[in-house]
Amino acid sequence: MIMMSTRQWALTGLGVAILMVLPLLLHNFWLVNIMGRAMVYGVVALSLTFLAHYGGFISLAQTMVAGIAGYAVAMMAPTAIPLSTMAMPYALAIPLAVLAATLAGALVGLIAVNTREIYLLMITLALAVGFSLFAQSNITWFRGYEGIRNIVGPEVFGLPFRTPMVFYYSALIVAVLMYLLVLYVVRTPFGLVLQAIRDSNRRTAAIGFNVALHRIAAFALAGFIAGWGGVLITFYNIGITPSSIGLWATVAVLIMAVIGGLGHPLGAFIGALIYALMDTFASTIIGHDRFNTLIGLVFLSIVLLSPDGVWGIGERLKATLQGKGSKPAVEEAAGNETADRGS
Amino acid sequence: MSLQFFLIVTLNGLTLASLYFIVASGFSLIFGLMRTVNMAHGSLYMVGAYVGFAVFDPLYASNTWGSQAWLIAIVAGILAAALLGLFMQVAFLGWMQGQELRQALVTIGLSIIIADQLLARFGGNPFQFFAPDMLFGPVQVPFIGRYPVFRLFQVGLAVAVGIGLWLLLNKTKLGIIVRAGVDDRQMLAACGVNVPLVAATVFALGAGLAGLGGVIGATAQPMALGVDARFLLMSLVVVIVGGMGSIGGTALGAVLIGLAEQWGQVLFPTYSVILTFVIMASVLAVWPQGLLGRKPV
Repeated sequence: MIMMSTRQWALTGLGVAILMVLPLLLHNFWLVNIMGRAMVYGVVALSLTFLAHYGGFISLAQTMVAGIAGYAVAMMAPTAIPLSTMAMPYALAIPLAVLAATLAGALVGLIAVNTREIYLLMITLALAVGFSLFAQSNITWFRGYEGIRNIVGPEVFGLPFRTPMVFYYSALIVAVLMYLLVLYVVRTPFGLVLQAIRDSNRRTAAIGFNVALHRIAAFALAGFIAGWGGVLITFYNIGITPSSIGLWATVAVLIMAVIGGLGHPLGAFIGALIYALMDTFASTIIGHDRFNTLIGLVFLSIVLLSPDGVWGIGERLKATLQGKGSKPAVEEAAGNETADRGS
Repeated sequence: MSLQFFLIVTLNGLTLASLYFIVASGFSLIFGLMRTVNMAHGSLYMVGAYVGFAVFDPLYASNTWGSQAWLIAIVAGILAAALLGLFMQVAFLGWMQGQELRQALVTIGLSIIIADQLLARFGGNPFQFFAPDMLFGPVQVPFIGRYPVFRLFQVGLAVAVGIGLWLLLNKTKLGIIVRAGVDDRQMLAACGVNVPLVAATVFALGAGLAGLGGVIGATAQPMALGVDARFLLMSLVVVIVGGMGSIGGTALGAVLIGLAEQWGQVLFPTYSVILTFVIMASVLAVWPQGLLGRKPV
């Protein structure tokens, strides 16, 4: 059972309802390239937020894991150019791709099982960059720089996946399900143990829980979430290339999660929306060529001024308005999770 | 496989390892004292190369300075990277000492901005330094035949940097302070040492090594945008394998990774990156602190 108060359920329902009727109000461009994009990348960022907030693992391998699902679905897609010998219907390819991402997530968790905090960040980053370099240099499977094209996605009710409505609602369904999944899991015994590991590794082990196994399971679950995002991202981009899983793509997902706020699963989607908006409209402000400088400056200011992101700013505003002083959430900020957490 | 071929691939691996060592030792030095994971280290490498080349290009064309152009470029590259590193430490990282993840995020933000600004200022065209005549061309090496003299110079330079760092850390007052700081920063500050000043010096030194690596690397191979990711990756892998904060470990890690990369490309060309990661994962499984890293107290 997902533990939310009646008010939170009402707010969630209201939010979903608004998103459901958005297609009536928004132009197709906004629907697909802003909202849809924010939701599919938000799912990948959500997998990072899940690991970071509830497990204390800032993993930079989530884009890579999403990319594994993307490459898997591209390799098995019936429409792929170039078509591979193991092409199969999308109805099979998509679940297999998500399974591949889940296993890849578990493998990342296994490799990094003894490392924490900054070491974990370094190792997952090394894995991510290494995988993209591998995809870039491997022709047999990954088709090198070119990548795999024309991954248009399945037809839904006879409509191509690229139809704005179809894409939007698919993204919405996946995003909402993954969001609820995270809220559900963190209240299960597994989720509670995970948070115990975050707070004190040693004590959790001393009580008798298998810390390593819980960590690997958390990474596998994060891989499952990121996998769904990766499949949809590949449909959104109509294909996949090594640069879509490279260092900058990895950093982009980190930026989304951090700008939105690592303190709450919704932060991932807020951050992805802000990123999509900036990416789209930066050209009118400073010219698209210098988008990276702009996003870098925004990211830097968020990390310097409000490490818990936009979500944290909102929480503090709320607290100030309610006259409770301004303390909550700040302590949980990613930047403050330093070495004192039970090593 | 002939002996000559074996030796050439191994020597290629060692010359690559030399470059990795020069760059990664700066990364390791910064990490050792300040526990700061400098995600902008690859960017500092690029800054060294680009600024070095901006100085080198006009000088090389002139008659009076042509022969010294390369040496001046090295100095310029080191200085540019060191000054930028100093600025990063003083303006951003110093006051959030101890918040390791936040520091890493800050350096990621900085690396995005630096890479984009370099692109804006210098454009994306590849370039390469010309080594001075003394280091240019091939030389006869026993059992191998003709081998680029610059690559041998690279190995010599890496050895010199390694010895220099060892002497600095083990035989000078600054070295004593740095090693004390690695063990206990607060106690060091209580002894009256200006720790922020030491930290800034060490950061500048580490960044300068990245800048030196930039000029050397861009002399050995053409330089293009995107190498920041590669050298950040290699610095990470080398110190993860060798052990963080240990100069000897960095050297060992660099040799392992350099040899693995070259031999991997010979034995199974498109899968060579995998070998690097198999090494990294196996080392982590057995020695989570790296081969020569110290266990956390």
